[in-house]
Amino acid sequence: MSYKKNEDLDSGPGGSVMDKMTVFQDCIAGFNSSPIQPRRCRGLLTKLAYLLSTGDTFARDESTTLFFSITKLFQHKDIALRQMVYLVIKELAQNADDVIMVTSSIMKDTTVSSDVVYRPNAIRTLARIIDASTIQAIERLMKTAIVDKHPIVSSASLVSSYHLLPVSRDVVRRWTNETQETVLAQKMFPQYGGGISGPTPSFTTQYHALGLLYQLRSHDRMALVKMIQQFSGASGSLKSPAAVVMLIRFVARVIDEDRNLRRPMYALLEGWLKHKSDMVNFEAAKTILEMKDVTDEEAFPAINVLQLFLSSPRFVSRFSAIRILNRFAMVRPQNVNVCNIDIESLINDSNRSIATYAITTLLKTGNEASVDRLMKQISGFMNDISDEFKIIVVDAIRSLCLKFPAKQASMLSFLSGVLRDEGGYEFKRAVIEAMFDMIKFVPESKQDALSYLCEFIEDCEFTKLAVRVLHLLGEEGPSTPQPTKYIRYIYNRVVLENSIVRAAAVTALSKFSVIEDEAVQESVKVLLRRCLDDPDDEVRDRAAMALRLATVPIPVAKGYLAPDAVPSLGVLEQQLILYVTGGPDAASVAFDISTVPFLTKDQVDADNFRAKVSSTMPSIGSSLDSGAESGAKGSRASPAGGLHEDSTQAYAAALAKIPELQVFGAVVRSSAAVALTESETEYGVTCVKHLYKAHLVLQFDIDNTLKDTVLEDVSVIASPSEDFFEEQFIITLPKLGPESQGTVYVAFTRPEGEYETASFTNTLHFISKELDPSTGVPDDTGYEDEYQIEDLELGVGDFLVPTYVGNFQHMWDQLPYEASETYGLEGVSSLSDACASVIESLSLQPLEGSELPLQAATHVLKLFGRTVQGGKVSALVRMAYSVKSGVTLKITAKSEEEVVAPLVAAAIA
Amino acid sequence: MGQVFGRVLAKLWGGDKEIRILILGLDGAGKTTILYRLQIGEVITTVPTIGFNVETLTYKNLKFNVWDLGGQTSIRPYWRCYYANTAAVIFVVDATDRERINTSKEELTEMLNEEELAESALLVFANKQDQPGAMTAPEVSEALGLVGMKDRSWSIVACSAIEGEGLTEGLDWLVEVIKEEQM
Repeated sequence: MSYKKNEDLDSGPGGSVMDKMTVFQDCIAGFNSSPIQPRRCRGLLTKLAYLLSTGDTFARDESTTLFFSITKLFQHKDIALRQMVYLVIKELAQNADDVIMVTSSIMKDTTVSSDVVYRPNAIRTLARIIDASTIQAIERLMKTAIVDKHPIVSSASLVSSYHLLPVSRDVVRRWTNETQETVLAQKMFPQYGGGISGPTPSFTTQYHALGLLYQLRSHDRMALVKMIQQFSGASGSLKSPAAVVMLIRFVARVIDEDRNLRRPMYALLEGWLKHKSDMVNFEAAKTILEMKDVTDEEAFPAINVLQLFLSSPRFVSRFSAIRILNRFAMVRPQNVNVCNIDIESLINDSNRSIATYAITTLLKTGNEASVDRLMKQISGFMNDISDEFKIIVVDAIRSLCLKFPAKQASMLSFLSGVLRDEGGYEFKRAVIEAMFDMIKFVPESKQDALSYLCEFIEDCEFTKLAVRVLHLLGEEGPSTPQPTKYIRYIYNRVVLENSIVRAAAVTALSKFSVIEDEAVQESVKVLLRRCLDDPDDEVRDRAAMALRLATVPIPVAKGYLAPDAVPSLGVLEQQLILYVTGGPDAASVAFDISTVPFLTKDQVDADNFRAKVSSTMPSIGSSLDSGAESGAKGSRASPAGGLHEDSTQAYAAALAKIPELQVFGAVVRSSAAVALTESETEYGVTCVKHLYKAHLVLQFDIDNTLKDTVLEDVSVIASPSEDFFEEQFIITLPKLGPESQGTVYVAFTRPEGEYETASFTNTLHFISKELDPSTGVPDDTGYEDEYQIEDLELGVGDFLVPTYVGNFQHMWDQLPYEASETYGLEGVSSLSDACASVIESLSLQPLEGSELPLQAATHVLKLFGRTVQGGKVSALVRMAYSVKSGVTLKITAKSEEEVVAPLVAAAIA
Repeated sequence: MGQVFGRVLAKLWGGDKEIRILILGLDGAGKTTILYRLQIGEVITTVPTIGFNVETLTYKNLKFNVWDLGGQTSIRPYWRCYYANTAAVIFVVDATDRERINTSKEELTEMLNEEELAESALLVFANKQDQPGAMTAPEVSEALGLVGMKDRSWSIVACSAIEGEGLTEGLDWLVEVIKEEQM
C-alpha cells in the first residue's frame, strides 16, 4: 500500500474513496486475524484515524467493537503499530464504552525504559481512559513519569495531568512536588544538541510543568505569589521563553487582584523588559501597559522598549510593538507621543499591517494639525490593505471625528472616498457607521454627509445598509434647509430596488409629509399614492398608512412619524417576551405599554454617544482567564458604567410594584449602586438613591453571605445630617435566608424643587438566628444585633443627569448663571484620574472627547447635563498637574437655574 | 542447526501459527503471576489487572499467544470479547478460597457454554498449593463439576505459581493436546 499517491484529499490515505462502513469491516477483520500483520493493521489504523479526524464518528456500539478489536493488537510487539494503536485509542476513548480494558496493557507500556518511542504515547492515552475510580492506580506511575529524565516523557505526563484535572483534582494535586521539580530540572530537548537538521533545543517541558503548577495553585493566591517569586529569581531558573511569558501572565493576574503586590510585581515586569527573548519583552511591556491605571513613570520603560523594537529589522517585532502601542494609544495617547518620530517612519513600511497600525496610532497621538497630512497618507494605500485593516482605519477616523470636530470636512471627504472603493459588507458598514456618528455628533457635517450617503445608496449592493441610510434620511432630512433634495433620492429607491428597500423608502418618504410647506406635502402625497400600486404588501401598507397620516393635523401625524420619545427597546422586548410566554392568563388582557419606559431623543443620543465612546476604548484585561474577566465586567458594567438612564429604568419597574412608593409619583432619577460595606464581609450592603419629585427613597440591597444564619426583621436606620429630610417609613425585610439577598427601602420627604445635599449615617438592624447544621431549621431564640455600615452621601451629582449636546460652546454661551471654585487635589496622581473622579462626582456627560487628557500637564474637561428639574447645566474644568502639588483644578459651572451653578462648582469639596 | 531443525518441525506442525491461549479465573487466583512465571521464569509483584496482559511465549517449539484477562467482577463480562480462535483456556482456581469455589464453578460453566470456545481445550490449575489448607486437585475437580465433562479435552493440575511447581506439567499436557489436534 502506498501512502504517497494521495492526489485527492477526499479519497483519503491509500487512494481509494473511504467508506466508513468498509473501513469498519476491514478493521474488524484485520485486527482479529491471526497472526497479526503489522503493516496492514497500521494502514487500517491510519484510515480510521483519518476518518475520525475529519469529523466522521462511529455509533457507540461500533466504537466499542472497534476498540475491542484494536486491543487485540497489543499482542504484537511492532513499535510503529503500537504508536498507531495509541493514537487511535485516544480518539476512540471519547466515544467507546469500556475503554478501561486497556489499562493494564498501557500501564505496562508506561513503565518501559524512556528510550522506547511509544512510552509518551502510552502515557497520553492512559490519561484519556482513566476515570476517578481507577486514577489511584496510576498515581505512582505518573509521578515517576513526570520526573523522568527524558523531556518528552516528562512533557507527555505533564500534559496528561492537565487532562486528569477534571477527573480528580485532588489526586493530581499530590503531584505538585514532582511538577515543581520538573520546572527546575531544565530538561533540554533534543538532549544531545541535535544535528544540523534537528530542531533547536528547547525547554518546553518547563512550560508544561509551569502551566500545570499554575492549575494546581491558581486558587491560592499566596502560593501563586510564592511560585512567581521562586521562578522569577535572579538564578533564571526558567530557560523556556514560553514559560516566562506564562509566568508574566500569572503576574498580570496577581497585579489585577491585589493592589498591595503591585509594586514588587511591577519590579519583576520591569526586569523582564531586559530579558534576552523578544517574546518576553513584548509580554512584559504589554502587561505593564494593561495594568489598571498605570502611572506615567510605570509606563515609561515599557514604551521605551517598544520604541526600540519599532526600528527592528524583523517584521514580527515591529508589528508586535506597534500593535501594543496602538492599543495603549487609545487610552493614553499622551504617553505614546514620544514615539511619534519612530512611528512616522513606519507609515511607509512595506508591510501594510504595520503601516496601518502606525497610521491609526498617529491619528490618536497626533494633534489636530497633523490630521490632514495623515489622511492624505492613508488615502495613498487604502486600496492595498485588506478589509479588516480598512475597518481599523475607519474606526480610528471615526473616533477622531468625535475628538476633533473641526476637522470634519477632510475626514468626511476621506470617508466618502473610501465608500466608493470596492469592499465587503463589514467594511462598508464601518464607513456608514462612521458617517452616521458624524451626522449625529458633529452637526456641521450633516449636510455634506447626507449628500454623500444619498450618492452611496444610488449604487448600493447591501440591502441592510440601504435601509439604514434611508431611515437616517427620513430622520434627518426633514429638518434640513432643503428637504426636497433628499426626496428625489429616496423616491429613486422606490422605483429601482427590492421590496425591503422600497418599504424603508416609503417610510422615509412619509416623514417628509410633516414639513410645514404645502407644496412639499402635496408632492410627497403624489409620490406615496404611486406606491399604492406596489406589488409588495408591506410597501402598499406603509404607503396607505402614510397617506392617512397626511390627512390629519401635522402635530398628530408627528406623534406617529417622528415621536419625541420612543419606548426603551430593551425593556419593550423583555416585557413582550414575558407577555407572550405568559400563557393564556397573560393573553386575556391587552399588553400594557405603560410598563415600558419612554426615552426622549436627548436621552437616546447621550446613551448612544457613551456607547460609541466606550466601544472604541480597548477593554483592558489580561488574556488569562478572559472568560471570567469579561463576565465580571459585564456584571460590573451597570453600576460603574454611569448608565443612569438604564439604571433608572431598571429600578423603575421594581419600584412601581411597591404600593407604598406609588403615591410618590414617578422616579425622577436613580443613582448607580454604591457599596456601603467592604466586599467579603458577613453582610454586603449596596444602596441606590431614588429621587422622586418630593421624596427620596434609599434602596438598601442586603446580601447575607453567611451559610448558617437567618436574619429576621431586617431594617436600616438611616439618619440624615440635615433636617430637610424627614423619614416617612421603612419597608423592612421580614426574613433573609442564608446566602441570599433582599431589599429594604427607607423613604424620606425632601424639599420639592431644591437641591439639598446631605449625608446619611446608616445602621443595619436585625434579629440573627443560627441554623441547626443537621436539620437546617433556625433556632427559636435569636438575638438582636446591629451592624454599622458606611455613610451615604447625597451629592449634587445625584440631581444631575448626563446629557449629550452637539455644540458645547454654543450652549455654554447661552447659560445665564455662573460660578467657579478652585481646588488642589494632592492625592491624585494624574489628570486622567482627576477627570474620572470629576465626571463621577458631578454625573455630567463629558463632551468632545475631553474625558481623555492629551497632555500630561494641563487639560480642559467639558461637561454637560441636566438637573432632575430639566434645567441645563454645563461645566468647564481646567486642570493642571505637577508632581509637587498634584492636580489643581478650577471648576466653572454655568446653569439655567440660579441655584445650580454654585452647587456644581462647590461639589468637589 | 537447531534453529533450522526447529523451523522444519514448526512447518510440520502448521507453520508459524501462533496458538492462542486464554488464562481466566476469579480475581486474585494468580493468573498474572502464572503468565509471567511461564514467560520470564520469575515471580513478579502484580497489581490487580484492570483489563488484560498479553505475552508471547515459546514452549517446546510452539509459539503461544497468551492472554491473561483480569478476574474482577467488573472485567469478567469482557472475557467473551476475546474468546474467538482460542485453542485452549487455562482456568486458574485459588485452591485455598473455598468460599468462592462456587462462583468459580458458575463462571466456568458459563464460559464453557460459549459456542466460540466449543473446540478449545481446558486446563485447570488448582493454584496456591504452597499454602496450608489448599484443596487438592480431585477436590477442586469435584467442586467444579469437571468429572462429568465428556465433549472436551480437559485436565486439572495442582500447582503453585510462587514455587513454580506443577506449571510445566500442566503446560506439557496442553502441548500434547494441541499437537494431537493439529496433526
